[in-house]
Amino acid sequence: MTVKQEIASVNLGPKDPSQMKQSSGPVGANASVGSRVFDVLNYLIVSLVAFTTILPFIYIVGASFASEYELTTRPMFIIPQDVTFDAYTYIFSTNRILTAFGNSVFITVVGTLINLFFTVTMAYALSKRRLRGRNFFLNMVIFSMFFSGGMIPGYIVIANMLQMKNSYLSVLLPGAISAYNMMIVKNFFQGIPAELEESAQLDGCTDIGTLWRIVLPLSLPVLATFGLFYAVGHWNAYFGAMIYMPQAREKWPLQVLLREIIILANASAGDLNALDPNFVQPPEQSIKMAVIVVSTVPIMCVYPFLQKYFVKGVMVGALKG
Amino acid sequence: MSTAAEPKRLSKREQRAEERRIRKAMHGTGPEYWRRLWADIKRDKWLFLLLLPGLIYFIVFKYLPMWGLVISFENYVPFSGVLGSEWVGLKWFQYFFRSPSWTRYLGNTLILSLMSIVFYFPAPIILALLLNEMQSLRYKKLLQTLLYVPHFISIVIVVSITFVIFGSSGIIYRLTEQLLGQPIKYLSDPNVFRWMIIGQTIWKETGWGTIIFLAALTNVDTQLYEAAMVDGAGRLRRLWHITLPAIRSTIVLMLILRMGSVLDTGYDHLILMANALNRNASQTLDVFVYEQGIKNGQYSYASAVGLMKSVISVILVVSSNKIAHALGEPGLY
Repeated sequence: MTVKQEIASVNLGPKDPSQMKQSSGPVGANASVGSRVFDVLNYLIVSLVAFTTILPFIYIVGASFASEYELTTRPMFIIPQDVTFDAYTYIFSTNRILTAFGNSVFITVVGTLINLFFTVTMAYALSKRRLRGRNFFLNMVIFSMFFSGGMIPGYIVIANMLQMKNSYLSVLLPGAISAYNMMIVKNFFQGIPAELEESAQLDGCTDIGTLWRIVLPLSLPVLATFGLFYAVGHWNAYFGAMIYMPQAREKWPLQVLLREIIILANASAGDLNALDPNFVQPPEQSIKMAVIVVSTVPIMCVYPFLQKYFVKGVMVGALKG
Repeated sequence: MSTAAEPKRLSKREQRAEERRIRKAMHGTGPEYWRRLWADIKRDKWLFLLLLPGLIYFIVFKYLPMWGLVISFENYVPFSGVLGSEWVGLKWFQYFFRSPSWTRYLGNTLILSLMSIVFYFPAPIILALLLNEMQSLRYKKLLQTLLYVPHFISIVIVVSITFVIFGSSGIIYRLTEQLLGQPIKYLSDPNVFRWMIIGQTIWKETGWGTIIFLAALTNVDTQLYEAAMVDGAGRLRRLWHITLPAIRSTIVLMLILRMGSVLDTGYDHLILMANALNRNASQTLDVFVYEQGIKNGQYSYASAVGLMKSVISVILVVSSNKIAHALGEPGLY
């Protein structure tokens, strides 16, 4: 995802595609038959693609309310014949999913705050041209965007040298700054008129005071954008928690639990005993669907903001990158 | 426009002069240099304090691992640490190339990458062109809203949905079983594995991938369309002769950049889809590094293969960027 954002943001034009005006359509009544056919086909195809894109979600939501019997007998349906909440009742009766949900929320909130703190402080310091060694620090950041130690040395640093295994720190700290996001925030800070900051300094503000009182209030949209970037990253991440907290099951975020009860369970004959051995024969298939729904809902709740800010965020990179 | 830019340019020149002065002072080692350095640090002490957390982050989590790459040339044992482990030179690199299966890892990596370039890469371009032809802005926006959704869904959920739908009790599995008389083992057949990966990528990223091309399409000169219509060009011809050439440079650039990452298949997606039965197709270099290093604890061996991959990737990125420059494109940097 990050590489893609990078590429996208480096090369984009400044305009927001959603506000783009239509460019090559037919002109009113002069539209020829061929043009009409083209239009109809085009609308059909794109609508079909969009429908296919969300169809799995619709199916999963519908099926999560279905009984296990209906799932195995009826081949295809969107709305189940008899709606049951069994799967959800089961999910919320076991602690593991609720705990994992809480862990995900915790990691997302704390992780995003850490991200913003590290990103903003460093970006502000590097946005000042008078800073001694600025070019050296900037080059240090840029080099890390092109070359990295890779998975294994990173693992050794975090797990063996810093002894962060099975601690939340192992998922909160290693991604504290995205070099790319930091550079964009730095560029944004550079665009803030110097006069504003100078007047604050004349009034006796230190650099930290200026950042807190003048710069940050002016940067709220940018902070919101990158906060969302980081938050979605945390919510969706599983790899770090999987490799750094393999034993600390009580600290697992939702994604790691999801991997275990759906993906790994499926590979090994698919029993859900991992969830709760005392429960008698849970409706297996619909529970999986319900777990998927539960872990997707938070993203869907913020999706309207995501779409707005993410598209804009890509454009911010284009303007200033 | 020019008047607004004038004072900025002046100040830039001043800044450059200032930078030159600083550089001059830095190259000297006389007492003047140290006095100045100390004065600057004292003046900017709060700025340096702000810089500190980020600086520590980059040193610990970016540069320490780079230094940690020396374990590729060692027989690393966690107990002895990076400094205390035995130096073995190029042993792991030789070991890898002498192993019978390294061609399979490389082959799987290249096949998957090429399939992604052939089948996934054009998808956002085609979809962007189709979206661009839609007249109803409101409807288009609605469709875009739907199309962007999967991009924000975690890969674990994407694979989970796949397992629930394509698994042996899943709806598609049973439908194909009824249609063909025998099931397709979507999740375990190595021949199907790559198509599943490509399919998931297309489903997840095509919509989001259109953004860059839609942005490029806003720069098309609308007069060209009018001229073409006067000349009697139909919709398809206009699409082919005006719209497509207008985003040609974006396409070329993206393609070149994609070529630069031909060895990266990504591990977070693949290790979720990989299992004992589809090993023959799922074992790429990235998966190898994960399995040897994290799962089997062969840190040095995995690190050596990872290092090799990183070096080749950097060379590929740099040279693809050079090619982009040679073609007159702005490139990545």
